[in-house]
Amino acid sequence: MDKLKEQILRTSGVNTLKCMRCGKCSGTCPSYDEMEYHPHQFVYMVEKGEIEPLMKSKSLYKCLSCFACVERCPRNVEPAKIVEAVRLMVIRQQGENHLTANDIPDLLDEDMPQQAIVSAFRKYSK
Amino acid sequence: MQRIGVFVCWCGSNIAATVDVKAVAEALKSEPGVVFSTDYQYMCSQAGQDLIKEAIKEHKLTGLVICSCSPRMHENTFRKVAADSGINPYMVEIANIREQCSWVHKDKAIGTEKAIILARAAVAKVHLNTPLTPGESEVTKRALVIGGGIAGIQTALDIADAGYKVDIVETKPTIGGKMAQLDKTFPTLDCAACILTPKMVEVAQNENVRIFSYSEVTEVGGFVGNFTVKIKKKARYVKEDVCTGCGLCTEKCPMKKVPNDFNLGMNNKGAIYIPFAQAVPKVATIDPNYCNMLKNGKCGLCAKVCTAGAIDYTQKDEIIEEKYGAIVAATGYNPISLDKFDEFAYNQSKDVITSLEFERLTNAAGPTNGVLLRPSDLKHPKTIVFVQCVGSRCSADASKGKEYCSKICCMYTAKHAMLTRDKYPDTDVYVFYIDVRTPGKNFDEFYRRAVEEYGVHYIKGMVGKVIPEGDKLIVQGSDLLDNKQLKIEADLVVLAAAIEPDKSARNLATMLTASMDTNDFFTEAHPKLRPVESPTAGIFLSGTCQGPKDIPETVSQAGAAASKVIGLLAKDKLKGNPCVAHSDELMCNGCSSCERVCPYKAITYVDKEFRMPDRTTKVRRVAFVNEAVCQGCGACTVACPSGAMDLKGFKSKQIMAEVDAICK
Repeated sequence: MDKLKEQILRTSGVNTLKCMRCGKCSGTCPSYDEMEYHPHQFVYMVEKGEIEPLMKSKSLYKCLSCFACVERCPRNVEPAKIVEAVRLMVIRQQGENHLTANDIPDLLDEDMPQQAIVSAFRKYSK
Repeated sequence: MQRIGVFVCWCGSNIAATVDVKAVAEALKSEPGVVFSTDYQYMCSQAGQDLIKEAIKEHKLTGLVICSCSPRMHENTFRKVAADSGINPYMVEIANIREQCSWVHKDKAIGTEKAIILARAAVAKVHLNTPLTPGESEVTKRALVIGGGIAGIQTALDIADAGYKVDIVETKPTIGGKMAQLDKTFPTLDCAACILTPKMVEVAQNENVRIFSYSEVTEVGGFVGNFTVKIKKKARYVKEDVCTGCGLCTEKCPMKKVPNDFNLGMNNKGAIYIPFAQAVPKVATIDPNYCNMLKNGKCGLCAKVCTAGAIDYTQKDEIIEEKYGAIVAATGYNPISLDKFDEFAYNQSKDVITSLEFERLTNAAGPTNGVLLRPSDLKHPKTIVFVQCVGSRCSADASKGKEYCSKICCMYTAKHAMLTRDKYPDTDVYVFYIDVRTPGKNFDEFYRRAVEEYGVHYIKGMVGKVIPEGDKLIVQGSDLLDNKQLKIEADLVVLAAAIEPDKSARNLATMLTASMDTNDFFTEAHPKLRPVESPTAGIFLSGTCQGPKDIPETVSQAGAAASKVIGLLAKDKLKGNPCVAHSDELMCNGCSSCERVCPYKAITYVDKEFRMPDRTTKVRRVAFVNEAVCQGCGACTVACPSGAMDLKGFKSKQIMAEVDAICK
């Protein structure tokens, strides 16, 4: 198996083969319109081993980690965990931080749910 | 000493590819008691059977060991060969060297070694086998069908047609089941009532059929051919044989706020009611939870208006006991509860409904007299979204959905969508689907007609959530082919809820000792070759209690179950299984352990006189096994602390001899 794919499956603990391609994850995703690749595509592309386009995509940082897709997936595939795993793979590479922690306060807005702020911090390494 | 013949089957390459059959036959020659050992390509073939018969004659065999497939496949074949040659059929042992050996091993050396060991164990057992003779029992020529839906009705009609008596027990006040609630039926669009009600009338008028409506099975005893069943006829507070079904009482009843369960609670009925116009029996029933007369003694209006004098407020539940030769389970299905699917807003909006509710909304006898009006404001919905697989194919949470495909939803959704567009062409109809599954005669053509002729918008994708906003429902879902997330402003959302077996099925299965799968569907004796029989003898399966199925399939299965019942009832006597429990009275200490564990109630205790060594007599309490009831499960032999209980054909000594042979 492709090394990147193997690593993502291991970090996320997700079995992409459980996906029955119903698209409920993308039907439920609140960030859908912001994303280039949508939750169901993350699952499908990881399954096919097409990891690099995902790693380069801004979609990684548009996912709010709200876990609506995880909650509603009828097959328990957990797409958000896949997104998280790809994100981790990127930020674990030196100098690949999307933002620094100091950039965050300026981006905060009071309508942003607290869960999104907490999860945003999880997207940046120290 | 037995004179044993060993016959090793190749089963073509099934066994011979992984087991050196010649080596097995050779190795067994040196076992004690084995006077003949050979191998053959297909032992079950006529030539193979003749080979065994020849060997029995030539070598004066008294016991046979057949090394072949599972005894479930061919034990009967070889027992018959033995019987034809004058050997008791229970002197035959099968060593399963296919399923338990060749099919699970890859290495020929290991497979061969194991096959030899299994054959040795069988030889050790044959040495201790004794001839057994099965007992015979009478067959009660009457069948019981539990459930009065289309499955039960068809089964009963077919049994009655063959000249046998049959009773239907139905929990609801009328027979008809789910089919009576449907509007049209796919793929021909006949009106459900038009094709069902003649059958309901036919079954009611058939002199071989009795219908116990508003009744439940409370106790089942006995065994195949001789079941004793207790049926509770619930008090309906109306004399069934006096009521003419005129319906005057239902109009006059002042209590108007009883949710009408036939219309799934979408309108109300009186406390005294007849479920629908063509109900069978057409008899009124009083709901004691709502009737003022029964609750606090004030009212009595229905009794006053009833010209027939059929109302009887003092009626009590009645228990009937009846004997049956065969029982058919036809308990049917229900849509699952959608309480846990918050994302579809089923509990938040009246305009999010299930497909069965949609059936009632479009049915001429439904709450809107067949005019499609949405429940909240009784307006014509202009945009309707159908969502498929709601709770079907859902393996994430067993408390929420079902892992299986409910099978009927694709077709009835296509039907709903098509009929809506036909009647109301100004309505936009969307169907969200994961896959459209239409295997069946004229099924795919039907679905394509919905798309091509009626312009139903089929969208490949699932709805993520439904948000009630003002008088609209915002349906957010994905269109996977267009790679878009859609937001549709809908007036009505229809959810194709998964179907599950009726809740009464589990309790019934316990009473019948019939097995069920993890989804509470009844298990068939063999998924391919015995699809309408339960593994429990004398219990048959009809309709959706065995698995999701549509009406044509249900009717076919109902006929198949009936033919199996007829085959059973046509016999005057049934041969039992001689491998039953037997108690050694001298060892029995009367502790009742066996009686408590017996799932078939086959063991009773009797007081018996015994002669003591000092020539006195003593009365002791000992176990007695009813051999006709015992199914030979062996639970009692394990429970017995004194070792008195043993299973004929599977005595502890025989089993230990096998274990010893394996461990040698």
